[in-house]
Amino acid sequence: MRDLFAVAMLSGIYGLLSASFFVAMDAVDVAFTEASVGAGISTLLMLTAVTMTGRSEDTGRHKPIWALVVVFITGGLLIYGTLDMPHFGSSQAPIHLHVAPRYINDSMQEIGIPNIVTSVLASYRAFDTFGEVLVIFTAGIGVLGLLGMAKRRKEDEDNDNLDSKNKLMHEQYLILRIVTKMLIPFILLFALYVQFHGDFGPGGGFQAGVIFASAIILYAMVFGLSTARRVINQTFVKLLAAVGVLLYGFVGLVSIFKGGNFLDYNFLVNDPVAGQHLGILLVELGVGFTVAAVMVIIFFNFAGRRKYLQNLNDKGNQ
Amino acid sequence: MEFILDMLSALCLLLGSFLCLSGGVGIIRFPDFYTRMHAVGVTDTLAASMILIGLMLQNTEVLVLLKLVMILVMTLFISPTASHALAKAALHNNLIPLTHTKKNKKGVES
Repeated sequence: MRDLFAVAMLSGIYGLLSASFFVAMDAVDVAFTEASVGAGISTLLMLTAVTMTGRSEDTGRHKPIWALVVVFITGGLLIYGTLDMPHFGSSQAPIHLHVAPRYINDSMQEIGIPNIVTSVLASYRAFDTFGEVLVIFTAGIGVLGLLGMAKRRKEDEDNDNLDSKNKLMHEQYLILRIVTKMLIPFILLFALYVQFHGDFGPGGGFQAGVIFASAIILYAMVFGLSTARRVINQTFVKLLAAVGVLLYGFVGLVSIFKGGNFLDYNFLVNDPVAGQHLGILLVELGVGFTVAAVMVIIFFNFAGRRKYLQNLNDKGNQ
Repeated sequence: MEFILDMLSALCLLLGSFLCLSGGVGIIRFPDFYTRMHAVGVTDTLAASMILIGLMLQNTEVLVLLKLVMILVMTLFISPTASHALAKAALHNNLIPLTHTKKNKKGVES
């Protein structure tokens, strides 16, 4: 398939379908993440990238036969690997004998949070989650490093034109703008609900961050990038991405200073269970900050790059 | 009382499913982009609301009811707006609506 737009849309549909079968398998948290990240924001970012690079794929200069061979060999090895795995749904599978019973039986006394997924993610496996947050943060830094330069010059000129341009656009996108204005508060509120309700139901920092970012991206798409830049201070967003990671790390450090291991929330407060609650809340907040900020950074830089390229083209034509 | 509620909710659910199906038929059978979009855009909103109302009649919990009402309100806002944006984007990219009468294979105007 050469049409990259269709490819991006298909991957979004794939994300939505896999979210549906995660729901069917009772993995609501994973489904939520897949729906918001896989179907939502990654499709959006891919589409933004497509607007930058052009819609159709370049004709390849080499035959992709070898790639196909590699894919087949890897796929064959993976399928060979699954032969050793226990049967699907088997109660004798190692995962059901080793950690899962402990999480299910003991997490209520140890952590005291109804949603076991959150307690596994943010407390038992806090170190892994820290790694994930760092990966997202690194992605944000990478995008900033590659695309963040060479675009500051036109900005002042843009600001002068902005109001007249906005008025012109206003009539054209009237319905879209009004509905967006009405919806954005609800989206933000829902993001906060997902963030702070993650202890009791499906949700948590990752999903909340993505939903929060999607509200801001929606605003930027409907009201124009320059307006959104005025509303959302870019320096603040960059700072927020770092603050999220640092908050996560500091919770770990504080628990070291209080005499425990890194990210051992039992020592945060005198009561271990209260300490767990506080630790999970802070850590999820850090995750939410970083994810939201990095998504906003990636979108703004992709879209800003496109504008920069357009300006270059205009100059070249003149 | 319960029987009436059950029947009402079944009626709503059936109607919703039928509308979904008719929208699906429309998207395959209609001649051009705008008519197809019209078929889905109109039926989808009503079908989703019907199904949601049917589900509301099924349960008694207040919290679930409130959540369903929220979903209904959101659907009523978002679905028509999405159709509007889609049609606008198509028109913006110079996709001309099918307005003339087309001759079919036998040469008869339809």
